[in-house]
Amino acid sequence: MIVYLLTFILFVMGLYCLVAKKNVVKKVIGIVIMDYAVNLLLILVGYRRGGVAPILLKGMDRAKFTTQSVDPLPQALVLTSIVIGLGVLALMVALCIRLYEKYKTFDMSEIRRLRG
Amino acid sequence: MVLFVVLLVFMIIGSIIAIEARNLLSSVISVGTVGFALSIAFLLLGAPDIAITQIVVEVIALIILIRGTISLDNTAIEKHRDTFAMVSALVFFGIFLAFSYVALKDMPEFGKPLMKVSQGYLQRGLQRTGAANIVMSIVLDFRGYDTLGEATVLFTSILGAFVVLRKRGRKKKEERDRARVGIPGDL
Repeated sequence: MIVYLLTFILFVMGLYCLVAKKNVVKKVIGIVIMDYAVNLLLILVGYRRGGVAPILLKGMDRAKFTTQSVDPLPQALVLTSIVIGLGVLALMVALCIRLYEKYKTFDMSEIRRLRG
Repeated sequence: MVLFVVLLVFMIIGSIIAIEARNLLSSVISVGTVGFALSIAFLLLGAPDIAITQIVVEVIALIILIRGTISLDNTAIEKHRDTFAMVSALVFFGIFLAFSYVALKDMPEFGKPLMKVSQGYLQRGLQRTGAANIVMSIVLDFRGYDTLGEATVLFTSILGAFVVLRKRGRKKKEERDRARVGIPGDL
């Protein structure tokens, strides 16, 4: 229970960084931290106390493995989610570099033409 | 359990340093510590595949982030701090945490997963797909279309990054727009 709550606190840290900071790169860092927190929560939900990794080794009892292994489904989905996070991070940093080339600053309040 | 709490507290401290650091480069490096602690947590949670992926992704992410910040202006921005926005954000995040605490009561207890679908994968994964690693049998066989969609998303985002960063073909159009609308070049 406390582990879940700490993960939520990590998520809220990222959300705070995304909302309250003015620097564009800080906002990107906030999104990265939120990404970590969500991935960790999904893996924590699938954890079995004293469980083994879902890999069959030679000479392993099949029935015992089924009752001992941790949940493989969230692991498979998080594996794709991590890689997508990397692609999105590359896109965001590319946008930051372009914004810096155009406006010579990372400050959101200085980037005037983005104002509504 | 205690080990995970210690690791998570370490990650939270690292993220606080990353958020509040004055220099962008030190902030990026603190995010790196959070990512590597995350990979250790994955290793302890019985997910070696994800731990390996996380290490590789973390190294590449650090390279990308440092490329984005190293030669540019990385001083802190503290001309105008909006205290009202900060305080209201903190209040709303407190409310969010309180509601999430209530919601967490309905989640399965830590250490006792539900395992409704994955029970079948664990029982029949080896016969059906011939893969000893059940995670890989799910990624590449049972949920292969999901992985195809993931590859599409990855391709699209990298394509977007290339389009945003490319040098050729951009200059001319920009100058024409500037001449027509009359936006000054340097702000």
